[in-house]
Amino acid sequence: MSLFDMFKRRGSAPVARDRLQLLLAYERNNRNQPDLVAMLREEIMAVITRHVQVDQDDVRVTMDRGATMSTLEIDIHIPNAAAAAH
Amino acid sequence: MAKVVVVTSGKGGVGKTTSTASLGAALAQAGKKVAVIDFDVGLRNLDLVLGAERRVVFDLINVTQGVAKLSQALIRDKRVDTLFLLPASQTRDKDALTEEGVANVIAELREKFDYVICDSPAGIERGAQLAMRFADEAVIVTNPEVSSVRDADRIIGLLDSRTLRAERGESVNKYILVTRYDAARAARGEMLTIDDVLDILSTPLLGIIPESEGVLRSSNVGSPVTLNEPNNAAARAYFEAARRLQGEDVPMVLPVDRRGLFDRLFGRRAA
Ligand SMILES: Nc1ncnc2c1ncn2[C@@H]1O[C@H](COP(=O)(O)OP(=O)(O)OP(=O)(O)O)[C@@H](O)[C@H]1O
Ligand SMILES: [Mg+2]
Repeated sequence: MSLFDMFKRRGSAPVARDRLQLLLAYERNNRNQPDLVAMLREEIMAVITRHVQVDQDDVRVTMDRGATMSTLEIDIHIPNAAAAAH
Repeated sequence: MAKVVVVTSGKGGVGKTTSTASLGAALAQAGKKVAVIDFDVGLRNLDLVLGAERRVVFDLINVTQGVAKLSQALIRDKRVDTLFLLPASQTRDKDALTEEGVANVIAELREKFDYVICDSPAGIERGAQLAMRFADEAVIVTNPEVSSVRDADRIIGLLDSRTLRAERGESVNKYILVTRYDAARAARGEMLTIDDVLDILSTPLLGIIPESEGVLRSSNVGSPVTLNEPNNAAARAYFEAARRLQGEDVPMVLPVDRRGLFDRLFGRRAA
């Protein structure tokens, strides 16, 4: 067992603590109120569908929640014909 | 066309979620296209064990209700690109999950994957019955301990009566996965032996997963043990179980207690 392995072993509990703190902070915040991400997603989608016809299949939503910042990525493939019509 | 496998137990806390993640990852590491589904509505944990908890956007209930497409809800693992997670809903009511909804999701997954692995909630109620409903095969997780084996027996009863296969007069292929096997306690005669367990349940054995700190370390960092510590004894046992699930004939070896000084000093890398 290398020294590095020993440190790595010690290291797993703090990682667990950080992950949990991050997750629980988010979940506690959202327990009694609508999910911010879901709300943003729905409103953004509503705005877009007001202007162009997009199929649900052409939308990819990805998220990465961080401690101080989260990213919400909404990737929409808008057909050229539809875009040209406006 | 995928095989649908339910990982179930009756008793809680025996290692279903750990086993779903580890078997799913092991199959994906072998090149199979795998979807793991968390059926534990309200108490989801498979996302955490797989390290995907920060990336959940949609969940199983969203898909069954048409809010999201399956392709939008599946989260691709960042380490093995043939492994996908369909998370459980954390906020919705359990009754929001309907049999029809689950049927549609499973049917769609069957088309796209080699294995669909359903992580059942504990208990024998609706949630557990929905998780097993469309299974072709069942991995019954049990610890070598009386109450866990008793509950496994009840689950076997449900698998033989409440699944779609059972109702059609076919049967679900059942396997026992013994987890948290402690070789030292077995040597002292403090645990049911593997033979006892198999005798009582008269169901074939898929594998014996030793009690291992590596499993805990892996959960801590959000990575299945087969990815995080592939040489760990529990990881190797999961790799072998995954090969047996694919129909391979892999000889079964009982995890043995390593007490020697040499093993304590140097054996941990392998153990
Ligand atoms: N082989 C093992 N060695 C050591 N610890 C283990 C092992 N397998 C599982 N565990 C630990 O046991 C605990 C319960 O495991 P897990 O969550 O997988 O059980 P479960 O059957 O899914 O529980 P539930 O019924 O609540 O869904 C976890 O802390 C897990 O890390
Ligand atoms: Mg679980």
